[in-house]
Amino acid sequence: MYHGTAHTVGAHIDTDAIIPARFLVTTDPAELGANCMEGLEAGWIKKVKQGDIMVAGENFGCGSSREHAPIALLGAGIPVVIAHSFARIFYRNGFNMGLVLLEIGDDVSKIHDGDELKVDADTGVISNVTTGQTIQCKPVPPFMKGILDKGGLIPYVQDRLAERV
Amino acid sequence: MPATLAEKILQQHCDEQITGPGQIVRCRLSLVLANDITAPLAIKSFKKMGAAGVFDKDKVTIVADHFTPNKDIESAEQVKVCREFAKEMGITHYFEGGNVGVEHALLPELGLVGPGDVVIGADSHTCTYGGLGAFATGMGSTDVAAGMALGETWFKVPPTIQVILTGTLRQWVGAKDLMLALIGTIGVSGALYKALEFVGPLASALSVEGRMTMSNMAIEAGGKVGLFAADDKTLAYAAAHGRKGDKAIAADAGAAYERVVTIDATGMEPQIACPHLPDNVKPVSAVAGLKVDQAVIGSCTNGRIEDLREAAAILKGRKVSKDVRTIILPATPNIWRQALAEGLIETFMDAGCIVGPATCGPCLGGHMGILAGGERAIATTNRNFKGRMGSLESEVYLSGPAAAAAAAVAGEIIDPAKV
Repeated sequence: MYHGTAHTVGAHIDTDAIIPARFLVTTDPAELGANCMEGLEAGWIKKVKQGDIMVAGENFGCGSSREHAPIALLGAGIPVVIAHSFARIFYRNGFNMGLVLLEIGDDVSKIHDGDELKVDADTGVISNVTTGQTIQCKPVPPFMKGILDKGGLIPYVQDRLAERV
Repeated sequence: MPATLAEKILQQHCDEQITGPGQIVRCRLSLVLANDITAPLAIKSFKKMGAAGVFDKDKVTIVADHFTPNKDIESAEQVKVCREFAKEMGITHYFEGGNVGVEHALLPELGLVGPGDVVIGADSHTCTYGGLGAFATGMGSTDVAAGMALGETWFKVPPTIQVILTGTLRQWVGAKDLMLALIGTIGVSGALYKALEFVGPLASALSVEGRMTMSNMAIEAGGKVGLFAADDKTLAYAAAHGRKGDKAIAADAGAAYERVVTIDATGMEPQIACPHLPDNVKPVSAVAGLKVDQAVIGSCTNGRIEDLREAAAILKGRKVSKDVRTIILPATPNIWRQALAEGLIETFMDAGCIVGPATCGPCLGGHMGILAGGERAIATTNRNFKGRMGSLESEVYLSGPAAAAAAAVAGEIIDPAKV
């Protein structure tokens, strides 16, 4: 269960907004996290506290394949992103990095900046404490759920490699 | 059941029967690639996975093309990680110094990708190889690490949007303009989670290089792949670049498409994508007169020889405006040599351009062409996100090579036909 304050951003937030290329000279989560969303607004990270939740419009994470984007969000202390929809590469990367991604379509309009949210990642139920509304997310495909249940892509690959020996 | 091109290629690399969109399948990989930004993370993940070696030393490639020649100590350290890993794993195709090129121009040119291949790369523009009839798509570093270790990955079979290209291109209008027109039509999420398949008389008429330019920007519409059938032209291109045994491949007649979109080139002006999204597309006449401070011709979208020829045709015998830094980066060493042999480099230098090494640098605001606050660039690159090429207060306008060269001469955005 996650519990935090919503930070809303618009549609088509690209990976350059999440972490601009000039910061890609490191793979360190803390360094990337310190510059999270620097391409959207200088100093954006100052608004965020540990456990806060990103809420976005359509096509969140479009653009680059840079895995530094989900790592930057995690490094910034943001464990969950709720969006209308996600860009394809970002969606896979998020899962692989252990960032919780919840796709909710038009229901995203029911969440406002500053709302207090409770998120159950297992059931996909979001409770908006501020408004009293609950939102049910689209379920994760069973194959991807299987990877999550193994603990992510790295343990999944370890198992696949072991099967081959 | 008749298959789309995406389904057909995936089926050739997959043991399960593909039944249609939405199915998740495991496919064998023809090639896996990463670059100097994404490989260090992939290597980290690869080591955590505990893999003893890469699945095939000839089918994993690392191209240090983004921050190279190294712009600072940190980027040098990242390239060092790549170099040492390549040595440790015995990777055949590692590129860094005088052999490096912009990856998506380099790998097709060296015959490392071709028709019917399934390719994943830790770079979103891996979709470029769809121009050769390859199912090629970008993924993150950890997915690519898994591909390096296993030689396979999972895909969700995408629904396909068929894009019919018709009409005739007028002078100074090319593949880039067709793609910008499509992105302007369907939007930056128009092909989200989907494949694009380009067909029609104009698709056949395009050069293989032009097809790669279009496939390159499939991701800018949210697409997973942008595919052209591999026809006689593709096979001739592949053979000319040292490949053997490639076969033609096209969708089956009667395949099911989610949607059909037609792009008619008749009367089409050069297209310009205005800030700050690639779907903010306008005909050049609608933005003519905007002053520019920088023009960039290069990148995996438009850094190939035919792009340089088009730019040179505008710049020949002319000077670029003294107010416009004009940066030309041939995308690979072979393109550089060819441009030199054809006198294009001389044309560029006589016109007052900066001719640089093969690098992705300015496209992603990496180096060699960063914009200050308030500056405006026109570029043949693929993204115009806010701050993409430097300051958050700068602007990038995307165009084909002719429009970029024309703007460099005029000092403002202009129809190349009017220069």
